[in-house]
Amino acid sequence: MPALDLVPLLPELVLAAAALVLLLLGAASERRARPGEGGGEVATVVTPLVTAALVVAAVLALVLDKTPATVLGGHFRFDAFAAVLKLLVLLGAAASLLLVGSYQEDERIDRFEFPLLALLSALGMSLMVGADSLLGLYMAVELQSLPLYVMAAFQRDRLRSTEAGLKYFVLGALASGMLLYGCSLVYGFSGTLAFPELARMFGPGAPGGVPTGVLVGLVFVIAGLAFKLAAVPFHMWTPDVYEGAPTSVTAFLAAAPKLAALGLALRLLFGPFADWVPQWQQVIVLLAVASMLLGAFAGTVQTNIKRLMAYSGIANIGFALVGVAAGTREGVEAALVYMLIYLVMVLGTFGCILAMRREGVYVEDIAELAGLSERRPLMAAALAVLMFSLAGIPPLAGFFGKYFVFMAAVRADLVWLAVVGLLASVVAAYYYLRIVKLVYFDPAAEPFEPPAAPGLRIVTALSVLFVLGFVVVPGPVFAAAKLAAAALLR
Amino acid sequence: MSDWPLLSLTIFLPLVGVAFILFIRGAPEIVAQNARAVALWTALATFLLSLMVWAHFDPAKGGYQLVEQATWLEPLGIRYHVGIDGISLWLVLLSTLLTLVVIVGSWYSVHERVKEYMITFLIMDTLMVGTFCALDIVMFYVFFEGILIPMYLIIGIWGGPRRIYSAFKFFLYTLAGSVLFLVAIIAMASEAGTTSIPEITRHEFPVAMQMWLWLALFASFAVKVPMWPFHTWLPDAHVEAPTGGSVLLAGVLLKLGGYGFLRFSLPMLPEASAFFAPLVFALSIVAIVYTSLVALAQTDMKKLIAYSSVAHMGIVTIGCFTANPLGLTGALVQMLSHGLVSAALFMVVGVVYDRIHSREIAAYGGLAERMPVYATLFMLFMLASVGLPGTSGFVGEILVIVGIFNVTPATPAIPAQGSWVALLAATGMVLGAAYMLWVYRRVIFGALEKPTLAAIRDLRLNEVLAFAPLVLLVILMGVYPSIFTDPMIPSVERVLAEIGASSPIRAAAVAP
Repeated sequence: MPALDLVPLLPELVLAAAALVLLLLGAASERRARPGEGGGEVATVVTPLVTAALVVAAVLALVLDKTPATVLGGHFRFDAFAAVLKLLVLLGAAASLLLVGSYQEDERIDRFEFPLLALLSALGMSLMVGADSLLGLYMAVELQSLPLYVMAAFQRDRLRSTEAGLKYFVLGALASGMLLYGCSLVYGFSGTLAFPELARMFGPGAPGGVPTGVLVGLVFVIAGLAFKLAAVPFHMWTPDVYEGAPTSVTAFLAAAPKLAALGLALRLLFGPFADWVPQWQQVIVLLAVASMLLGAFAGTVQTNIKRLMAYSGIANIGFALVGVAAGTREGVEAALVYMLIYLVMVLGTFGCILAMRREGVYVEDIAELAGLSERRPLMAAALAVLMFSLAGIPPLAGFFGKYFVFMAAVRADLVWLAVVGLLASVVAAYYYLRIVKLVYFDPAAEPFEPPAAPGLRIVTALSVLFVLGFVVVPGPVFAAAKLAAAALLR
Repeated sequence: MSDWPLLSLTIFLPLVGVAFILFIRGAPEIVAQNARAVALWTALATFLLSLMVWAHFDPAKGGYQLVEQATWLEPLGIRYHVGIDGISLWLVLLSTLLTLVVIVGSWYSVHERVKEYMITFLIMDTLMVGTFCALDIVMFYVFFEGILIPMYLIIGIWGGPRRIYSAFKFFLYTLAGSVLFLVAIIAMASEAGTTSIPEITRHEFPVAMQMWLWLALFASFAVKVPMWPFHTWLPDAHVEAPTGGSVLLAGVLLKLGGYGFLRFSLPMLPEASAFFAPLVFALSIVAIVYTSLVALAQTDMKKLIAYSSVAHMGIVTIGCFTANPLGLTGALVQMLSHGLVSAALFMVVGVVYDRIHSREIAAYGGLAERMPVYATLFMLFMLASVGLPGTSGFVGEILVIVGIFNVTPATPAIPAQGSWVALLAATGMVLGAAYMLWVYRRVIFGALEKPTLAAIRDLRLNEVLAFAPLVLLVILMGVYPSIFTDPMIPSVERVLAEIGASSPIRAAAVAP
């Protein structure tokens, strides 16, 4: 074995190199631009390059040899689980950037730092799903989070945006603190940071049972991750940040980071603590139930579509956590399938939200969608399909995600959890239906301007096609989830 | 020809029509005309295909026929599995026929968003036929639940003034019932280790588990049927839905509940069905008597027919749970008959609503003067609804009532249970005659005094064409019901065998 085998780390190396090169390029060319004028032209060059880098890294993750390998002193690991999640996370991030289109320009925040921050955050996400030690976990989470704080406050001359950034940062720092404290407890009571070492200590046949200190530490770590997932009761930041941040940022942070955080949670829970299911199951069940119920009920009174998507996101994380709570391989697969489908749906929905522009102003009030079907039948149909899918109505993709997680729960003897979840989904169906109602049943409001960016149209169209076509070709998604789960539960 | 995947073709052919309609471009008038034409030909072709299904169906066999299987959701063990028996055959034909009737009947009455209207009805066709053909329980659910989407849009877009409230109520009510069914499906599939309906039917569930599974299924089917006290969505949905929506809602969607009882509750959970049969009888009796009384007090014609639907479906649920051949056959015939008659009655209301835009009984009177053809048709369907011998309504009711008499007390505490149920159910029919004859007198007879009615015109050609098959079938089913019952009987016998002679419900029925 060579001393420094970096091949499994190629996707991250590509991302990091791209970030550094583009940063230099941006800084150099911006200086040449006239003072006072933003780096608009620079941003239009950097954004596609960042997107390309993300896609290249995703493809690398796909083609690399998937035999499990550890890198960087055992802090990170590359296996089929990491490969599948990296692929999805990076493609999700790339799709979010495609959605941005002319938003930055219209809102006069078209600075080249924006795509770079997204790139750095994506690098963090990519590392997160490959973390194989507590240290790796923490570093990756921070690398993912810090750029997001800045991005949330990107529109720095707008009060709401800066408020969102500050809130996100303060609460995020608190969560990081809990995460770090949890890690230190686990380390203090076990003497190791590495997941494989922990797995040996707490695996089957390990002496000494369950040390309370490690358990307390684990709960702290879960709390920290729950913050990143926006699971109740660590969801407080979500509605404000979703609403306050520029929509381009919301679209970014609603999609890929959630999947990365779930991937990391799975790595932790089904890696070193795979035999502790009874210990952590109740924590996850609590998070799941609270998230589903709060997300469903609080969403019903929202009038701002970004806020609504925040609550919808909270509810959906609850559904995904139902799969995790099952504590079985099937549950892992179900949670992954669920999050994948959710990722696609949320990207499509934000595609529609970013197309809500009237006379140069982006509108966010749900009521503005009234009568959309008369003026923009295609966008209306897309939005309706996505809403029905989010509500979990067959034959759309969202239904199969729900079916799979609740099947995992029922098979793990959590029938009541499935019943609660499904009833919450009926409540949540109300707010998705309300959007369909506005779009199709209500008299028309002023029409929106057609979106200029082809990227936005493509991402939305692909998302809708996926949602509609999933029922015909469900195989690949399930195959990917199976592969990932098999690698995780080694 | 017999090796063609006939059922799959019937299920998915309407979607081909949808694809064609999606590509229609041009001026709004041209688009509307072409959309109507494409929808008509598609629905007609689908109906003809379903007739071919009938032609290839062997009425002597009790098992599933024309079965097709393919891999679909392999990781979840869910297969694409379709087939029909004597129970679903008629419901498939009913669905394709009523879709065709709706498209013909709304040829002139729908002017707004014609393209979308036709698309949603063709999608409905696919989903309805798919529901009745599905032999995989998850596939069944996908179709069963998928119907909510087009129906929500039909009520919400083309409905009346309170359409939004009704659409939400319809959607959320049925969804709430259905999600419990989904939990039951997951539990049954996990317990039996398969999602194939025939195989789950063979699996014997522990009695304790049967009880809660039965209740979960009941939550869904009782809302669909609808049974009292879960019926409150129905009057709202019917009143606000456009005529076409009401026709499919009453004609086919309500049958999903009865079909669910026959396909799932009874054969899969026989012990629980026996245990809960008195509950079903009690609720059905309340439904029949109570909703008949409510119907008597209605001033809105559509609401009246909606409540009469609840009463008629009460007969169906009683028939299902008699668990003897007469009762089950009666329930099926009653479902078909109600499918035709209530669909026709909603169209009858739709005809005058299109002309003067009122559903109030008080707005009419003396229509016989200007609309003799209409008055005749209305009379035929009214009498069929009442259950006059010689119409389809009679056959179903008499079979069910005779079937109930054969049910000897399952629990000795309630003596002669069957006779009481029969007596009270028959009371409902007397009330049915009262409200139907009364509404008919108020709308059709008397002097034509209202100025709004002075220029009202009789049926258009497309309306006559839409009614024609329903008239024929209602009389045919009344005069010569064997055409319809013969293919049912082997399947009914099979269902009874699945319920099993050991089960008390069955033992009660066959005991002297």
